[in-house]
Formats: sequence, C-alpha cells, structure tokens
Amino acid sequence: MIDNKLTIALPKGRILKETLPLLARLGIVPEDDPDSSRKLILNTSQVGVKIIIIRATDVPTYVEYGAADVGIAGKDVLLEYDGDDLYEPLDLGIARCRLMLAGLAGNQKVDGRLRVATKYVNTARNYFAEQGKQVEIIKLYGSMELAPLLGLADQIVDLVDTGNTLKANGLVELQTIAEISSRLIVNKAAMKMKQDVIKPFVQGLAEVLEK
Amino acid sequence: MNSKNRWLLPEGIDEVLPPQAAQLDYLCRELIDLYASWGYELVMPPLVEYLDSLLTGTGSDLDLQTFKLTDQLTGRMMGVRADTTPQVARIDIHNLHRDIPTRLCYFSEVLHTRPANPGGTRMPLQAGAELYGHAGVESDAEILSLMLKTLQVAGIQNVHVDLGHVGIYRGLIGKLTITAEQESVIFDVLQRKATTELMKVINDWSLSSAVSDMLLALIELNGGIEILNDARLSLAGAGKDVLHCIDELEQIAGLSIAQIKNAPLYFDLAELRGYHYHTGMMCTAYVPGLGQGIAFGGRYDDIGQLGRSRPATGFSTDIRKLFALVPRADVSLKRIFAPGSDVPGLNEAIDRLREQGEVVICELTRQQGDAKQMGCDRKLVLKGGSWKVEKI
Repeated sequence: MIDNKLTIALPKGRILKETLPLLARLGIVPEDDPDSSRKLILNTSQVGVKIIIIRATDVPTYVEYGAADVGIAGKDVLLEYDGDDLYEPLDLGIARCRLMLAGLAGNQKVDGRLRVATKYVNTARNYFAEQGKQVEIIKLYGSMELAPLLGLADQIVDLVDTGNTLKANGLVELQTIAEISSRLIVNKAAMKMKQDVIKPFVQGLAEVLEK
Repeated sequence: MNSKNRWLLPEGIDEVLPPQAAQLDYLCRELIDLYASWGYELVMPPLVEYLDSLLTGTGSDLDLQTFKLTDQLTGRMMGVRADTTPQVARIDIHNLHRDIPTRLCYFSEVLHTRPANPGGTRMPLQAGAELYGHAGVESDAEILSLMLKTLQVAGIQNVHVDLGHVGIYRGLIGKLTITAEQESVIFDVLQRKATTELMKVINDWSLSSAVSDMLLALIELNGGIEILNDARLSLAGAGKDVLHCIDELEQIAGLSIAQIKNAPLYFDLAELRGYHYHTGMMCTAYVPGLGQGIAFGGRYDDIGQLGRSRPATGFSTDIRKLFALVPRADVSLKRIFAPGSDVPGLNEAIDRLREQGEVVICELTRQQGDAKQMGCDRKLVLKGGSWKVEKI
C-alpha cells in the first residue's frame, strides 16, 4: 500500500532554524529539540509526519530517491545538484544570501587562464561559460577566502551573507551570480501518488508565507 | 592504479549473477511472448552504427549520451547505441519499406556516457515496442496499454501513469512573443513546477496576462481524469488546437481503460519529458518513492529519417530496473546429481531426465563437494540394474 505519511528533509543550520517556525505554524513541531537531540529522525506533533536532519547538499538526493517526500534546500545547492527529477514549487524566501564572485581589492591582472576556487564547481563553470570565459576551477570544501590570499586562485565563488568575512580578508565583491533563498522541493512520485498529503502541505506553506 | 581493485567494474556498469540472471531471463522471455501475442515482431539492431544515422532527428541530449569511436575501416564516426528507438525507426523506414502499420519490439542493452541520475546505471537493458504507420489515438492507446501490461507482467505494484500532450504547452508558448532562451527558462520552470519562479518570470518579462494565467494553471493541472474538464475551462482561451489535444488525451485514456482493467491513468499537462523529441501524447510510469519514471512512451511522428516519414508511437523501459523493483522468490533448486561413470545406460537415463525438463548435473572425478553442496535435492543411483532417482 502507498503510505500516507510525510517525511520532511531539512538541512542543519540556518535553514533549519528559519524553517521550524514556518512548520510550527502548520502545526508541525518536532518532539525533540533538533539542536540538542542526537536523533537524525525526529517525530513531530503530527502523527505520521517525520523530520530528518541531514547535510544541506544531501537534501536533493534524499528527496529525489524518495527517502524523504519533501525537503528544504538552498537554491545554491539546487543549482549545483546534478539530477533534474525534482519539483520545486515554492520559494520560501528564507535564508537569503548571494552567490558571489569575489577577488582581491584593486585591479588584479591575470595572465592566462583565470583560476577560480569554489565548492560550487558546476555553477561556477556555467557562469563563466555564459560570459564566454574559460577558467580553471579549483574545488575546495571551505575557507575559500584563503585561496586568493595565498595565491591558490585569482578569484572565488562563494555564498555571501553580510560580506564581513570577505572584508576581513581584504576581498571585494565583484559580481552577484545568483540571489539565493531556500526552496521547497518535492519528490516527483510523491507529488503524484501522495497528492492528498503533499498538496495541502504545499498550499499550507504557501499560505503561511503570504501572511 | 591499485592492483587490488583492478577487477572492479566501471561506475554505472552492472552485471547479473545467478540466480538473478535466470530470473531476469525468464522475465524477458515472458515479455517477448507478450509482445509477440500483440503482433509485435522482434528486431535486433546492431550495437554500433554510424553516428549520423544513429542520431538522426534525436536532439543534442542523445548525442551527449552516446559513446563514440572511429571506424578503422572507413574513418567515419560510429556510436554505441544510447537509445534503441532511432535504430528501430530506421529499420522501419529504410529496411522494411512497408506502408501497412508495422509493430516492432526489441530487447537490447544500451550504453550511456553518464548515468541519467546520480548513482544510476549507464547500461540499461532497454525493452520497448514501437508502432509505425498510424497517426490516430488508437495506436497511442495500444502502446499505452502494452506499457501497462508490461509493468503488470513484471509484477510492479502501485503503478501511476501520467499522460501529457506536447501540443498543449506548444500551443500556449506559441501565443507568446519570446526568445528561444526565454522559452527554455519557462520550460525549465514548468518542469520543476516552480510556481513562485514562474510568477517572477511573468512579472519580469511582463508577459500577457491571459497566457500567464494559463501557464500558471498548467502547473496545477495534474490528477485524475476530472482535471481534463478543469483544463478545458482554464485553457479555453488557448484555441482549438490545444482543446483538441485535451480531447485526444481523453480518447486515448478511454481506449486504454477499455483494454486494461483498472488502468492507473492520471494526467499531468505540465510534464514535458522528451518534449524536444515527441510530437503528441506522452506517458511516464512512476512507482512510489522513485523520483525518476520507470517506463516512458509517446508519439514521435516523422523522426526525420531521410527520405521517408512515418507516424510513430512507442514506449520503452529498463527491464533491469523493473526487475530490481520486485522481490523475486528464491527459486528452490530442483536438481539431480548424477555419478560420472561410463556404466552402460547412465547416459540414456540422464538424457531421458533432461528431456523431461529436469536439471541433471554430472559429478566430476575427484571434485570438491557432494550432491547437497552442489545444490541438488535428488541423485541418480543404480538399483537392481536400472537407474533410479532418489531423494537425498
């Protein structure tokens, strides 16, 4: 039988913090505090509704493969994600930031190919391709700001919220690549086969956002 | 390279071992029989052929999916098939030259440069059926029914089949004066049912409100047959071509439901998988949990084979994927262990048993393992001058 339970995948951190109040207004409140609990699967105040807490980059994978029916993921993660079998019905407008090209202050002349450090390899490559530029992408997993300082790369592509980290390291914002906010994503099969659960959830969330 | 893992298969390349291989083979045979009983003739297209023929009229996605090699005899580029459908279309047009409706089916491994989804296979075992030479709803319905029947025979439970029609989206988009690039943005947004983004796009480009409302409605137009009436209302302004497409979908579904009892048919008018390739009805089968479809079909008239064009409709599926979806019962081993000796009468006795359909395994001299370890439940013994089968 098709079960009519709902599993929601949420990423740790800022998105989780900003999503929980929205879910609370739909009457979905985790039974354990996600901050202190070590459980990865949380039951909620609604029977059959579960929340799983995972890494942000894993959310699309969990949802595409049906391990979760719906999830909340940053647009940065979705832009970078390889698969395209997901529905993305709502822009929640939370966890806003910008995907930014940044570099050292002052006009830096680059001989030959520009080297760009980022963890958003696909998005960065597509961005430069659209500009008609061939660049060398260097995949890093964190602390991008170091790369230009130590000569590992000429520029970086990274998420920027306040811009303080950039400033503190002597980097300047060069170009906004994309405005980022969190999206509700839905498993394709679930959207079709669990309509009676998913549709009210999506609608409910949309109404909460409008208020 | 580390010599310890040299034997590992390339990513996305899988093989089938016993006992699954035998079970998979059994499923294939059942399906070949099914297609034969519907009048679909089996074809076996080649593994490789010249690229320009292989990719005729198929679009750039398939080009990127195709492994290529240079033919050392001619210097021309060859491709390993990434999809069997264009090959079967070529066979229909250039090799069979028929004017009558032609029904063809195939079972063949295809190779993809990249898996369709992360962690997916690069070597699906593609099975499918194609019907050429008829442009009406009956042939679409027959293909849809055969796709449903295929899933039934494969034992897939809780199937959900979505029907859509290329003409509906095409009719709507035709009403807008937008660039090809803008169109591809709208297409992408619709595929993700990203309502918020669509509203933003409509706003940013100040698209005509009549068409915008219809595009927004399209995202919501999914569900049971009742949504076709909703569609007639909300897309009334789209013109008679679009309304005709909706009628066609209803007719196809009606014909198919008459053929397959309780056919799990639904509609999703915004779903456009294969849009660049299809020309009419499109269908995709889903099962709970899996975000990717498990069987795909639709109409693709005039695929662009040089010289001749024919109406065409068909479906295909990855048999290995279907196979993996259903837990298969472990076939209990019913085998007979025979001694390896040249005693007169032994070979005749073994032959008789094999003709009756029994599996007989002959013992090898000084081999390891006895009858039981060899997976046998009975053995052949000489008793009173004749060979008898005895339980172990």
